[in-house]
Amino acid sequence: MSKVLMKGNEAMALAAIKAGCDAFYGYPITPQNELPEYLSKYMALNGKVFVQAESEVAAINMVYGAAGAGARAMTSSSSPGIALKQEGISYMAGAELPAVIINVMRGGPGLGGIQPSQSDYKQITRGGGNGDYYLYSLAPETLQEAVDLIKESFDIADYFRNPVMIAVDGLIGQMMEPVDLDKEVQKWDLKPKTWAANGDRSNRGKNIINSLYLDPYDLEKHNLKLKAKFDEMRNNHQRYELVNMEDAEIAIVAYGSVSRIARTALEILSEKGIKCGIIRPITIFPYPKLAFKNLPASVKNLLVVEMSTGQMLDDVIIANECRLPISFFGRVGGVVPEAEEIANKVLEIIGGENHE
Amino acid sequence: MNNVKTVYKKSAGLTDLPLSYCPGCTHGIIHKLVAEVLVELDVLDRTIGVASVGCSVLNYKFFACDMQQAAHGRAPAVATGIKRVRPNNIVFTYQGDGDLASIGIAEAIHAAHRGENITIVFVNNAIYGMTGGQMAPTTLIGQKTTTSPNGRDEKTQGLPLKIAELMATIPGATYIERVSVHNPQHVNKAKRALKKAFTIQKENKGFTLIEFISTCPVNWGMTPKDAVDWAVDNMIPYYPLGVYKDKTAGEEK
Repeated sequence: MSKVLMKGNEAMALAAIKAGCDAFYGYPITPQNELPEYLSKYMALNGKVFVQAESEVAAINMVYGAAGAGARAMTSSSSPGIALKQEGISYMAGAELPAVIINVMRGGPGLGGIQPSQSDYKQITRGGGNGDYYLYSLAPETLQEAVDLIKESFDIADYFRNPVMIAVDGLIGQMMEPVDLDKEVQKWDLKPKTWAANGDRSNRGKNIINSLYLDPYDLEKHNLKLKAKFDEMRNNHQRYELVNMEDAEIAIVAYGSVSRIARTALEILSEKGIKCGIIRPITIFPYPKLAFKNLPASVKNLLVVEMSTGQMLDDVIIANECRLPISFFGRVGGVVPEAEEIANKVLEIIGGENHE
Repeated sequence: MNNVKTVYKKSAGLTDLPLSYCPGCTHGIIHKLVAEVLVELDVLDRTIGVASVGCSVLNYKFFACDMQQAAHGRAPAVATGIKRVRPNNIVFTYQGDGDLASIGIAEAIHAAHRGENITIVFVNNAIYGMTGGQMAPTTLIGQKTTTSPNGRDEKTQGLPLKIAELMATIPGATYIERVSVHNPQHVNKAKRALKKAFTIQKENKGFTLIEFISTCPVNWGMTPKDAVDWAVDNMIPYYPLGVYKDKTAGEEK
């Protein structure tokens, strides 16, 4: 299939339809509105469900119900809306329900702003709601990657029986790029949803969807069962890309939109004869610690660049295990860092003009 | 022995687990009625129930159909999610007054507003039972609870919320009735109301809610008998029984 030029939010919506999404439940919030708007038309045309809920809280609980009944369900929102959805997300993790949640991040805290941001990093990678759980969290940098990962994410959610978060920012939601919606993506080995409470009692006995365990020993057992899933994610499903790392003397750590800008910074630095690489996390949970273990010996510095005041920075500090000095550069509040300023920060770290 | 006949047995709509309710509480009667109606309408196998948070939280164990346990107040949203992807299944929520009338009022109103083809079984005992007897939106004026120790005061705590009357004003709702289970006559009447609600759902005619006046002897600080009398003397006058909305009225029986 040839590429088509699409807006990010609409491309992500179409990717969900291509992935066999049965039902979307959402609530308006900028900058993700084109996503539900697109689905409000095309889900019905595909015989699927679209509901505009009365709130984010209701929307995520509708996702819980649909997922519990065995459907492929999803929702999308932006930062303050994702905060409201944390109740239902926690319940889904507890009840082991698969779902896909797209977060088109904007600046905060509070009502914040509507411009791009990565300030939900901790909200996304630390579970987000109450209790001991994590979401498999994917952070694409292009529309093509967003489309591919969304298509795969429904499989990933079903495989782990856990919600998957797609972490993008307003830039990816609002930009237009050519995308191939029919590119093959990895298929996961999925079992039939024999656990679903879908009103099919006569064929397999009664099913219950639940996150309540009043006996502490039962809940501990359940928590450890969930932990085993998160450990499997950590041990076997880290994803990252190393860019230009051969002979690099410094590595920028950046994900999503920021890693694209860092690529331009690399070109600027290359013209100055500076060898700079990029560690680009694709999963932000599990954090790709492996990427830091196998860096070439030439890398002497790390520079973390984020659209936050330094949220991923903490994960880099953990992954780095005190090996390399770490610097940080962030723009916040919806301000997008420019390639020049990232390049200048690199020059500042490695000695600028004197370096040559 | 040939003359021995079974005149009564536990409904197949309930599991064999002992109910977790306090002596004198009417949840048990209401569970029985829901179970019997699901069996009598021959829909038990295709029913998905939604348990809420409160005293009835564990009813996902008690009803014999498929069940989902919802967050506090969110049962109508969960039921919406289920019903939209499984429109041929029967979907009901079972919610108390803390759950529905307080934290979940938006979900209840908007499920009705969208005309979701689900049934809400709403149990009003004028108090938060599970958490130890705090004031609910439905607590009567002057009624003492652990968070209205001097009795509910209209000036600072408002007047009790009338859910059946409120839900009847929602244009999308199809059938709203308030019933009581304080004596056998009313138990039978309540069962007819429930059966009507589930029949309406079965016929895809939309949103139904049956409000049950219930008791909480433990948190009201009364014997079961006194609690029933108190409900009759105090709750029913403020929460009159009857049909508050019936869009199917006038249709052929």
